[in-house]
Amino acid sequence: MATITIREALNQALREELARDDKVFLMGEEVAQYDGAYKVSKGLFHEFGGKRVIDTPITELGFAGLGVGAAMAGLRPVIEFMTFNFSILATDQIINSAAKMLYMSGGQINIPIVFRGPGGSAFQVSSQHSQALESWYAYFPGLKVVMPSTPADAKGLLKSAIRDDDPVIFIEQERMYGNKGEVPDDPDFTIPLGVADVKREGKDVTIVARSLTVPLALKAAEQLEQQGVSCEVVDPRTIRPLDIDTIIASVKKTNRVVIAEESHPICGVGAEISAQIMERAFDYLDAPVKRVSGADVPMPYAKNLENLAIPDVNRIVAAVREVAYID
Amino acid sequence: MSKQTAAPPDVDPQLLKNERDEAKNRQKSRLTGLDKEKLIELYRQMLLIRRFEEKSAEVYVAGKIGGFCHLYIGQEAVGVGTISAIRQDDYVLASYREHGLALAKGMSARSIMAELFGKATGCSKGKGGSMHMFDKSLGFLGGHAIVGGQIPLATGTAFATKYQGTDQVTLCYFGEAAVNQGAFHESLNMAQLWKLPCIYICENNQYGMGTSLARAMSLQNIAQKACAYDLASEFVDGMDVLAVREATLRAVERARRDYLPTLLEIRTYRFMGHSMSDPGNYRTRAEIEKYQERDPIKLFAASLLEEKIVEQKGLDEIDRQVREVVEDALRFADESPLPDPEELYTDVYANPIEPGRK
Repeated sequence: MATITIREALNQALREELARDDKVFLMGEEVAQYDGAYKVSKGLFHEFGGKRVIDTPITELGFAGLGVGAAMAGLRPVIEFMTFNFSILATDQIINSAAKMLYMSGGQINIPIVFRGPGGSAFQVSSQHSQALESWYAYFPGLKVVMPSTPADAKGLLKSAIRDDDPVIFIEQERMYGNKGEVPDDPDFTIPLGVADVKREGKDVTIVARSLTVPLALKAAEQLEQQGVSCEVVDPRTIRPLDIDTIIASVKKTNRVVIAEESHPICGVGAEISAQIMERAFDYLDAPVKRVSGADVPMPYAKNLENLAIPDVNRIVAAVREVAYID
Repeated sequence: MSKQTAAPPDVDPQLLKNERDEAKNRQKSRLTGLDKEKLIELYRQMLLIRRFEEKSAEVYVAGKIGGFCHLYIGQEAVGVGTISAIRQDDYVLASYREHGLALAKGMSARSIMAELFGKATGCSKGKGGSMHMFDKSLGFLGGHAIVGGQIPLATGTAFATKYQGTDQVTLCYFGEAAVNQGAFHESLNMAQLWKLPCIYICENNQYGMGTSLARAMSLQNIAQKACAYDLASEFVDGMDVLAVREATLRAVERARRDYLPTLLEIRTYRFMGHSMSDPGNYRTRAEIEKYQERDPIKLFAASLLEEKIVEQKGLDEIDRQVREVVEDALRFADESPLPDPEELYTDVYANPIEPGRK
């Protein structure tokens, strides 16, 4: 086990998969000569050359669609969006082409592609560069949506995503690239898609968290432990398909749930998880499901306002105390 | 710089006849160098598409075909001329007006008609319909139904060809209205930047649904737009199957030998509405008749007859044969089963994941 950052873990995954399969290539803005806007692809251009690691013009719809077409012809593209904010320009190709091709071709043409890059809230870049888009992509059958929260998950899940035969949306949290953790040394280490991870076991309240809110939930759980409340933190890791069984099993144990997410609350992933808990475990609930979400506003620039727009440890602690009927 | 007029004014019959004769003379000069069998095969394919589409219209009205249905009548020379210039392992990607292109690429009339009928035996198992025909084994990679959406995809198949060091070319078809989409411009830029073997075929039928070119495009010379991306381009008479074929052969050579893209603006005309639900109030009967005088099938038949490559009897026999193929396809589609209800949930994922499996 080595202790590395999420950035380094992703870099290892890309390097290993590029080396493993020459059908894999990495394409995006500044991924090659610049070493990646966030340095996730650092050194890969030097190591694999311009055929495998390709800088694009700023043309998101174009290179996303080019990637899907290359996948139709048998390649396994990894398309980097410098940030997922720019994927909005490419949604026609992601949704109408990548997600639906297998179905509307009657099973003939699958699209083994990964769209990856940083998403979620960033540091003081205001509304257009700081937002969580996972509920958009998770809405569409045909896509798989992955959101790692630790270096080990990032590496293991990215390798699985690249080896998967379907289009995978792989959202890395922009604020978390420098987070450190232990990662197995085995080059064949992978984590299967669609499997949740219980990041901390507990018995009183379940906190379902993903991406940015996982470390926040773990900190909240530590504080709550001091206050006599035992929290279980469940990280779905894959949003579609969603490992709801693991969440339900936890709910049946604790009978109380907080869902922590940085996305807007309306039509969010938390709303979906909440609905499924209601459908499958209503009789086990001792309190209504509580969501801690990002504010229902575009992201502001000012630091104090930005802090108010993003979930924090205190809000998660308060929500847990609320569902536990402590306050 | 000369601007093309979009909606040609009505012309007198003598001028029309002169124009038709000139077109025929131009076409006849192209007949040399192609053997008789090839010429007759081109005619047969065009006529098969015509008869297939006429039958589609008929059974659509009878309620056998659902949804949208965009016919290729009038544009047959484009599909047949271009696809006659490529190999079976080359790729074709098209818009939603693709029945004729699928036939030209070698897909069976049965599999296409059955798809229109939404039957399990259709080329996309009844899941795609009129706008999403696929046959991977023949390199026919779809009907795509967001205007211009297939253009980046085709750029991607061309990218894959070059990446893998093989020599297939990609033919990418779209209407002139797609040229206003960003996808067109982004794709042409990448194709020339990276030297990708894609041939962009703009089927300029002069109307984007009910909006004429003049009402939608500031620079209506589409071939000229290639300059913006330093791309080779040609303007082609889309009513002349041999002119289309020759221009495509030149583009294919550039693509196969040098990995270079080309933009072909092929001027054509659809004789039917945009789709089956289009009454066509936005253009005059006289305009349609003017183009019907230049009907690509009639034009080619006249050239073949006048040059004594075939006799009327031979053409009649071809008509009888293709009508039989269409009738057979119709029977097949009619008698085929609907998709099994269980098919609703298949083909969503190539690797379906049972969530939570370790």
